[in-house]
This record gives sequence, C-alpha cells and structure tokens, in this order.
Amino acid sequence: MQLTNRSKQVSNKEMTFTERIYLPAIVQGLSITLKHFFSKKVTIQYPEVKRYLGPVFRGRHVLKRDEEGRERCTACGLCAVACPAEAISMIAEERTKEEKHLYREEKYAAVYEINMLRCIFCGLCEEACPKQAIYLRHDEFIPVFTERDQVVWGKDLLVENSNNPYKREAWTKEEAREQDLRKTKGEITAVEPRAFP
Amino acid sequence: MELTELVIKSLVILVVFVATLVIAMYSTWAERKVAAFIQDRSGPNRAGWGGLLQPLADAGKMFFKEDFIPAQANKWLFIAGPGLAMLTAMMASAVIPFGDTFRFDGTDVALQGVETNIGILYVFGVVALGVYGIMIGGWASNNKFSLLGAIRAASQNISYEIAMGLSIIAILMLSGSLSLREIVNQQHGGNWNVFYQPLGFIIFLVCAFAECNRTPFDLPECETELVGGYHTEYGSMKLGFYLFAEYINIFVSSAIISTLYFGGYNYPGMDWVYAQLTGAFGTTAGHNIAALTGTAVLFAKALFFIFFFMWVRWTLPRFRYDQLMNLGWKKLIPLAIVNILITGTAVLYLKPWLTALLQ
Repeated sequence: MQLTNRSKQVSNKEMTFTERIYLPAIVQGLSITLKHFFSKKVTIQYPEVKRYLGPVFRGRHVLKRDEEGRERCTACGLCAVACPAEAISMIAEERTKEEKHLYREEKYAAVYEINMLRCIFCGLCEEACPKQAIYLRHDEFIPVFTERDQVVWGKDLLVENSNNPYKREAWTKEEAREQDLRKTKGEITAVEPRAFP
Repeated sequence: MELTELVIKSLVILVVFVATLVIAMYSTWAERKVAAFIQDRSGPNRAGWGGLLQPLADAGKMFFKEDFIPAQANKWLFIAGPGLAMLTAMMASAVIPFGDTFRFDGTDVALQGVETNIGILYVFGVVALGVYGIMIGGWASNNKFSLLGAIRAASQNISYEIAMGLSIIAILMLSGSLSLREIVNQQHGGNWNVFYQPLGFIIFLVCAFAECNRTPFDLPECETELVGGYHTEYGSMKLGFYLFAEYINIFVSSAIISTLYFGGYNYPGMDWVYAQLTGAFGTTAGHNIAALTGTAVLFAKALFFIFFFMWVRWTLPRFRYDQLMNLGWKKLIPLAIVNILITGTAVLYLKPWLTALLQ
C-alpha cells in the first residue's frame, strides 16, 4: 500500500566516481546552507516582542470594574462552585452607604483569592459569572513564582486598574501585531499592574 | 639601530600574539553566530551589541567553575595536556608572514614573528607536536573514552599529515624554497599558487580540516560514540584551553592556506596602490601604509577561511572512522603523489617549452 508518492526505492548500487569523491555533493550542501545563512530568521525576540496568542487566549485573571469604576463582583460564589480545581475562595460582606461608589451591588467580595498553583486556566469561572466580573486576559501571562507566598493572589493583584482598563482591542493577528508595534514605539504607555513588587 | 629593530620586532610579535588570541576568541562567537544563521536562528545577541561580549562572558564562566581533577588521573600530565595544546597552537603563528616590511628610521623590519628559511617545516613540526596535547590529556584522564578519543586523534593526525606533506611538496617544487616569505613573494601579481595547484589545494584543505579535528573529521570528540572524546574528564579553564586551542589552530590553518595558495598579503593591483601611496605620503609613510593594507588583505583572506571552516562544520555530517582512514590512505595520498608527478612533469618539460614559446 502506498500512502504518498514520495517514497523512494532503496538501491545498493555502487557509487559512481563523482559520488565517491563527495565533492559535488559537498558543494551542493554548502550552497543549501549558504541559502539559509541569508534567509529570514524565525526567532521571536521574546521579552521585547511577543507572539500573538489569539483573541481567546486564557491568561491572567482580572476582576472587572463597571463604567463608573465600581467593582462588578457581588461575591455570589458561582465561580468558586464552577471551578474544577477549587482554586477560588472568597469572603462576602455587605456594602455600607459610604461604599456605594466602590461596589456596584449591595454585597461585595471583601476577600477574593485565586490560588495560581491550583488554577488550570479553563475559563469556567468566566462562563459562570452572572455579573461579567471575572475574565481571563488574552494578553498577559501569570508571571513565574519564586516564593510560596506569591502563589495565592488577592484582590490587590486581581482587580482591574481603573487607569488602565482591560479591553480586548486586537481581535486579529494583524491588529495584535500593530498593537505590539505601538507598544514598542511607546505610543501605548499605560503600564499594567505589576504582579510582584 | 639595533635597539629600534628589537623594539619593532617585539611589537610585531606582541601584535601577532594578541591578534591570534583575539581572533580565536571571537571565532567562538562567530562559530555560534554562523551556526545560528545557518539554522535560521539569530544566535547570541544579549551580551553586548550583537552578542559581542559573549566570549568574555564565556571566559568568565570558565574561570569561575570548579577546577576538577579526577582522583585516578595523572595530575601533572592532566594539567600539562591543555597547556601543551595551547602552547603548540600559539607557536605555529610565529613564522607566518603577516605583511611586507615595516620601514622605520631607514630600517626595514619584516611583519613576521621570526624570519626563517625553513618556515613551512617549522609549521609542520609544531602541528605534529599539537597532537601530544590531546594524547597526553586523553591518557592522563584515566578514562576509556578519553583514551579512545586521544588514540583517534593521534592516528588521524598522523595519517593526514602524510597527505598534507605530499601536497606541500608540489608547492615546494614550484617555489624552490621552504621560506614562507619567499613563497608569498613569488605569488606577487596575481600569480597565486591555487591556479597552478588546484588539486594540491583541495588535498591541503581536507587535511587541514582533519588536522584541526574539525567536522567532518571531528572523531576525537565524537560525542555520540565517545561521550566527549579526549576532553571528557576536563572542565573549567582546562577545557577552555582545549577548545581555545582548536580555534587558534583554525586561524593558523586559515592563515597558512592563504599564505601558501592565495598569495598571502598580495592582492591584485598591489603595485599601483603602492605607487599611489608612496606618491601621496612619501616613501616611508606610504610604504608602511601599503604594508598594513597587505596585512589587512591577508587577515581578510584568513577570516574567509575561518568562515569556510564553520560553514563546512554546519553543513556536513561526521565521517565514520573507517571512511576517514580510507579517505586518508587510499584516496588523498595516491592523489597527492599523482599531483607531485604531474607537477614534476610540468616543471621539467612544460615550463621550458612555455618560456621558449613566450620568447
């Protein structure tokens, strides 16, 4: 049976004189490598340039704010229930009158923690959330841990920075490339919240 | 007069020494760059501009690693091995004529470490000594793989030295002199030996690859069969010396190939440039500038051959050991002898006939 027509019959015939002195084959090989020497390099210079991961990549978690800058999360616990890795935990609290500008609903999450060693980035919390509060960013990874106390992320790292809201502007590869280019040029200067000080 | 000559000579030796070391150092960088480019990567580019500080970083790493000597090794020979490899590699560059004379205060000083009338024999002697560094290091490690690598290196170098010597004999028949400077001067005016000795050049080139233990003949350090070959037990700067000696050998081989076959510091249109320079800057300064131009040309040729060494390394796979020996003994040596016969016939019959025809 033949799957492709690229198979070659092996032959054990004596090599001819030109094959035996190797030199023509060596020259051929050298020309191939020289062609590669001048060809375009495939390397992505990682920390400066990043590969576009696609519009639906599931990376770092973010707790969104609404249009008025109030936290959307109401600490219903559906994300924690949906989480197959049991990475999410939270403590709910009632909103007081003075906190109306901080939280949208009457109940809010006083503590919201995600254990990043447990999280499998499945995105089920995103799907479960009735308030569109939690999202997984498409443009940022979780940085490397070096200490145990860096593993559990609290609200300080999760809640969206109101000066630099998370928006999914680039939906195609070309748009993402353009965005990267503008970042390297310095046209986009807004700094993401840093994970570890 | 004696003193100035001595000072200039010392300076020349110093410059030759430093240039050899710097070129060998940057060969390690160039090797990685060439390898990367051929494999569609971009190579080291983090340390300094374009990764140019990479050799320094590597050397720093080598120096700060533990200087380990195996318990069962012969301690003195274990240390002597890399030292000897380095010493012999450095010695060979002494007789290479790096340029024409340098004129200072009315005296002409040759741009060459030592001017000898047996330059090529000296090079051969030193290159033959080079195998001792590998042999001693491999034996002193008290390791089977090291010893096998050392034996391979020794037998390979001995086998290919014969073919190399025979290919040189054809050159000597043409030049009638063993002095490298004399051979270079005879190639003046585009009269390069490679046009008269194409076969000899190919044989010499192949043998040079084998003598430097470079791919496709790097069987002494064949990692798929011998772990690391003769430097299996080495680490730290002693390993660094072995690797460095290899790059010095490459540079010396490239310089010798350029000297013997590609006219050394000669280049086309040399006399015209010389006349222009002496006309513009006077006899002394013009002469010196012309000599330095020749040196630059020689270095350019040598650098091309260093690139060629790397180019071949990242193109060809390694030979099997029996293929290596067959190539050396059954192909290159008979070819070299045929080359000698052809050259002898040409020198005896063709040359008088041609000169008579031209007159």
